[in-house]
Amino acid sequence: MIGLQHFLVVSAILFVMGVLGIFLNRKNVIIILMAIELILLSVNINLVAFSAYLHDLVGQIFAMFVLTVAAGEAAIGLAILVIYFRGRGTIAVDDINRMKG
Amino acid sequence: MIQTIAFYLFAVMVIASAALTITARNPVHSVLWLILAFFNAAGLMLLVGAEFIAMLLVIVYVGAVAVLFLFVVMMLDIDFAELRAGLSRYLPFGVAIAAALLAEIVIAAGVWEAGPVQLAGRTAVTPSPDQVPNIEALGTLLYTRYLFVFEGAGLVLLVAMIGAIVLTHRARGGVRRQNIMRQSMRRAEDATRMTNPTVGQGVEL
Repeated sequence: MIGLQHFLVVSAILFVMGVLGIFLNRKNVIIILMAIELILLSVNINLVAFSAYLHDLVGQIFAMFVLTVAAGEAAIGLAILVIYFRGRGTIAVDDINRMKG
Repeated sequence: MIQTIAFYLFAVMVIASAALTITARNPVHSVLWLILAFFNAAGLMLLVGAEFIAMLLVIVYVGAVAVLFLFVVMMLDIDFAELRAGLSRYLPFGVAIAAALLAEIVIAAGVWEAGPVQLAGRTAVTPSPDQVPNIEALGTLLYTRYLFVFEGAGLVLLVAMIGAIVLTHRARGGVRRQNIMRQSMRRAEDATRMTNPTVGQGVEL
């Protein structure tokens, strides 16, 4: 059996990769959304690994809820992206300043 | 032995495809690498016996989310080369942040090993996989103790679905649509007219 640490290392690398992706592609919203999916995936791996090694099913239940939220987030995020592109013709993050926030 | 080989195969593949996801030049390639990462993560979850989550990952992420990404990337007409312009400028900063985060995680893991945290009592002990399969055990727990949370998750999906439809739906002007009610309410008496024109006069329509 593979040790828990191995899974945690994979999950940590994946998480850092997702954060790095946000910084590398900070003009492209689509890649940023994909990087967020990677982060959520690493969280899921963490939850499932702990669930398996502690013999506690709650981890897998919560991995399912993370999956649900990730799906909803992707759907809403891409919908916002599509209507933004329809109105402005660009999705560059630097140009998104209409709300003057 | 075969488990170890499978673990390292999946782990290396998931990390490599994640790296290619965030560095690929073409966003379509990015999505395809993301799909590969999801497949390999599902493999990792199969290794620890979480069969249902692994299948869910393939169905939900690969089957729905990744295809949604693919649709949007291909539908929008964007100059992606221009979006990648400042990559080299952001690279040192991004790597610094990532390295700091990784160092923090490593330090936290080290502390966790040095002084083990007292874990709370387990509330849902996994039954032996020989007697109760993973899916059955998960379903039993999900439909009893976590029923309301489960319904809340369903509500989240419903709101996301309605939100996405409301956001992207638009009523276009100048489109002739089929109105089935008007078609069914139409009667022959309203649609036709009996006239009796005199010879050489013609009919005023």
